[in-house]
Amino acid sequence: MAEPHSAQLLHTPLHALHRELGARLVPFAGYDMPVQYPAGIIAEHLHCRAAAGLFDVSHMGQVTLTGPDAAAALETLVPGDITGLAAGHTRYTLFTDETGGILDDLMVSNAGDPDHLFLVVNAACKAEDVAHLRRHIGRTIEIRELTDRALLALQGPRAGAVMARLAPDAVAMNFMTFGRASIGGIPCWLTRSGYTGEDGFELSVAAEAAEKLARLLLSQPEVKPIGLGARDSLRLEAGLCLYGHDIDRSTTPVEAGLAWVIGKRRREAGGFPGDAVVRRQLAEGTQRRRVGIRPDGAAPAREQTAIVDAGGATLGVITSGGYGPSVGGPVAMGYVAAGSTAEGTPVGLVVRGQNRPAKIVKLPFVPHRYHKAPGRDVPGTG
Amino acid sequence: MAETRFTKEHEWIRIEGDVAVVGITDYAQQQLGDIVYVELPAAGKTLKKGDEAAVVESVKAASEVYAPLSGEVVAANAALTDNPALVNASPAGDGWFLKLKPADMAELKGLMDEAAYKAYVEGLG
Repeated sequence: MAEPHSAQLLHTPLHALHRELGARLVPFAGYDMPVQYPAGIIAEHLHCRAAAGLFDVSHMGQVTLTGPDAAAALETLVPGDITGLAAGHTRYTLFTDETGGILDDLMVSNAGDPDHLFLVVNAACKAEDVAHLRRHIGRTIEIRELTDRALLALQGPRAGAVMARLAPDAVAMNFMTFGRASIGGIPCWLTRSGYTGEDGFELSVAAEAAEKLARLLLSQPEVKPIGLGARDSLRLEAGLCLYGHDIDRSTTPVEAGLAWVIGKRRREAGGFPGDAVVRRQLAEGTQRRRVGIRPDGAAPAREQTAIVDAGGATLGVITSGGYGPSVGGPVAMGYVAAGSTAEGTPVGLVVRGQNRPAKIVKLPFVPHRYHKAPGRDVPGTG
Repeated sequence: MAETRFTKEHEWIRIEGDVAVVGITDYAQQQLGDIVYVELPAAGKTLKKGDEAAVVESVKAASEVYAPLSGEVVAANAALTDNPALVNASPAGDGWFLKLKPADMAELKGLMDEAAYKAYVEGLG
């Protein structure tokens, strides 16, 4: 279909390459982004689970925090343990508001010392996140949005083998670590992380070198380009939240099943926005909770689908739902009332006015296969 | 000689004797991408022109298939239930959705012929 506002959309440094690869481009968070390549979403999804896929995620925000006690400053805005994040390590965390609602989810890396942090935030939230950081910690901490860098993700069980060929130093990195390496002569910042449930890396690179890096990775026999369509089905099968859908200002970390991001010290001492609400919920539980949902039949249940009990009373709502290519059927996530979260609980999903049977299931739908082998884990951070 | 007509919503309809076969066009299946689920009407159901006749779901989203003509559903393509990807593989053939007994053949007049539909799709860019 025609894209009415394509003239106003931003381009990532890989835009021309996406066109060359035959991508279908769609507007996403203000960018003209590849939703799929000619192979199609199912083939791309399955390829990523079987070999390795390359994703352009340059629309995401990359931010550095530099200054004395940057980690302690960031802790005033997130519930994670950031001062305890060792050099060369990466952590998933959340910006919360005064009511415990989630403003964004993000990755934080200690890029060498606690005075130098590297953040990756969601595209749709990045302007607000940077403003939020400046407003609250900008007086003591230098906040730089790295608009001159691209971000690529290499994901899949063969990602390690690809990196072994191109950047042998990176292979020893463990899941959720940060390092620096040269890939084909191109300096990159790497984290061993991703959004697919598979092993993989996210590679931050200077914008002008991004296409060269992408072409090098795509020239490897295991690697194919993957669009945002498969990125979404991969993360849904992996049970990972999509901001603005599964989590937002109306959901708290505890309701979202993300209490694990709250460090032990932070649970006790608080000191983050909404700490009173979050600590009360940790102690007393919540009215609702994020769960996995598996429809019994073949019909996908999409976002906003009502979840009901046997009597037809509303239990909650689906926040992400679709077809899981590796599962071979429909999968969903959503929020249900606290009494209905147990695995195996039968529920109904109201799709096109019809109540269709489904069950509460454990997340993820597809087991995570992160790289957690022992070994030297942090190249280039000394 | 079978005669095929097209709607602006990208359904095709082919008159075969006193029955009209309905499906979605190649353009539609390409736009939808991988089709993972199809919901079909029961035989005997009466549809008015423009009614929602079936649902087709891709990985990304659900879309409606509208009845191009009024009539009674006489058959639905059960093969799509087990293999919805037939719609991608053969949108104008094995991927048909349903057969209608048209109530009023005059309704065909408002639909596009193949040349007009081709021009319409080209105009969509």
